[in-house]
Amino acid sequence: MDFTAVLAQIQPKLGCLADNLALVEKEILAASASGGDLIIFPELALTGYFLKDLVPEVALRLDSPEILRLVELSRSISIAIGFVEETTDYHFYNSALYLEDGAIRHLHRKVYLPTYGLFDEQRYLAHGTTFRAFDSKFGRFGMVICEDMWHLSASYILAMDGATTLLCLSSSPARGIDGETLGSAAAWQKLVSTTALFLNCRVLYCNRVGFEDGVNFWGGSEYIAPSGESVSRCKLLEPEALSVRIDEGALRRERIFSPMIRDENLFVTMQELARITRERGQ
Amino acid sequence: MAGLVANTELLRKLLVGFVRDEVLKVGITEVVLGLSGGIDSALVAFIAAEALGPDHVHAICMPYKTSNPESEAHARLVAEACGINFSVVPITAMVDAYFNLFPQADNMRRGNKMARERMTILFDHSALLRALVLGTSNKTELLLGYGTLYGDMASALNPIGDLYKSHVWQLSAAMGVPSAVIEKKPSADLWAGQTDEEELGFTYREVDELLYRMVDLRLTREELVAAGFDGEFIDSIYQKIRNSHFKRRLPVIAKVSNRTIDRDFRYARDWGK
Repeated sequence: MDFTAVLAQIQPKLGCLADNLALVEKEILAASASGGDLIIFPELALTGYFLKDLVPEVALRLDSPEILRLVELSRSISIAIGFVEETTDYHFYNSALYLEDGAIRHLHRKVYLPTYGLFDEQRYLAHGTTFRAFDSKFGRFGMVICEDMWHLSASYILAMDGATTLLCLSSSPARGIDGETLGSAAAWQKLVSTTALFLNCRVLYCNRVGFEDGVNFWGGSEYIAPSGESVSRCKLLEPEALSVRIDEGALRRERIFSPMIRDENLFVTMQELARITRERGQ
Repeated sequence: MAGLVANTELLRKLLVGFVRDEVLKVGITEVVLGLSGGIDSALVAFIAAEALGPDHVHAICMPYKTSNPESEAHARLVAEACGINFSVVPITAMVDAYFNLFPQADNMRRGNKMARERMTILFDHSALLRALVLGTSNKTELLLGYGTLYGDMASALNPIGDLYKSHVWQLSAAMGVPSAVIEKKPSADLWAGQTDEEELGFTYREVDELLYRMVDLRLTREELVAAGFDGEFIDSIYQKIRNSHFKRRLPVIAKVSNRTIDRDFRYARDWGK
């Protein structure tokens, strides 16, 4: 079905749960009032990104009042949002929730935690172990968090699991000043467009803005049609709430014109991956 | 080399955004900086004026008696060009009072003392004006250690610390820094006729080409030699970076507890901002 998604390109405050929750609520109510069906927030929207030793201080259990409040708000609009999750065995995950009709529909724990260059996630966080598609009111979705998307297998698995819409929640730092556009923005634009094109999926990419200790998050959230075309894109570097109308017909037509996913041979893939695993002795 | 040619429009946006965001979110509206008459501080003044409005930027020129009078004239020119507040606080009396006790002191000690004298004036004005001190060291001099620890290297925020001198020239031109300031030879202005490039023994353009490949692209020594750089030049620059690394770090703390500051007590400076 057609639906309206809102990309909430916000600027969270580092380590300030209450302030960020208030900001998120405000965005949810505004999106809902303006007829949005789904609102997507960035990775770690409730906490900010360079948390370091703050991770345990800002982590939330799924039954915490903050999460329950968001679950409640999802009665009027579906919500995808990133936060730090604390489990009963005291592991901390970089997680994303998909909330709809007053219930948790899906929880994704970031699998690929970047720990190189300016990133240090594995020092502070546990990594997830699954990529699972799930059903929403608007069709079958797959959810990834930032670095996950740089691993072809993540989006591939979700598409094989039936997802036709990929949500990517991101906190991508700006770097690269020698090109026509920002280096990291150009790389991401190529990535989300190619992913959509390969998998005949639409992609809803939501990145944050603002600075943390001199590191800028560049925004540029966008909606990519299943053809790989960027339909709508937020401004770089500035907060914005971008409302995009998602056309179900475009997905259907693309899958008729370019039925690569229909023809994808999972059996061949599995057989070869099994052989590689065997030969590697893992 | 692509990496040393900046998209100045984008860079300007990022650095103006940086100053605006990092200053305003700590509940402060003012910044203070030392304006030497050189290009680095001129560029920072322009960035700050655009970020916060010129009324919120306080530039202080702090000449010593041997400083070239042209430097103060250029500082004034820069302040007028971007419309910021400008004042002059000479450091001769303080520096001379000290060196009357140590008349044998060499140029290096005198230069360092002057840089630290200026730092105390900036931080005093930080308290006076409720303003953050902006740093004006660029990436080239930070990597080479061509600066005074706790002197000109001290600041609260540095908008240009990730810009090579080559970038500073490009962005300054794009932002309208007066051409007299852009075109003159870089100088620490500790004595008449001193220039950075003469003192360092190479030009900023030469060393930027090397630093960019060595630091940003991480080329190996063999790859750098193959790219046409002289082996001795490579080694001397590598040593300069290594030997000055202490200037780019906090003082070393002897670890005795389970949580030592900056080792296993780790928080961003923007904690709670």
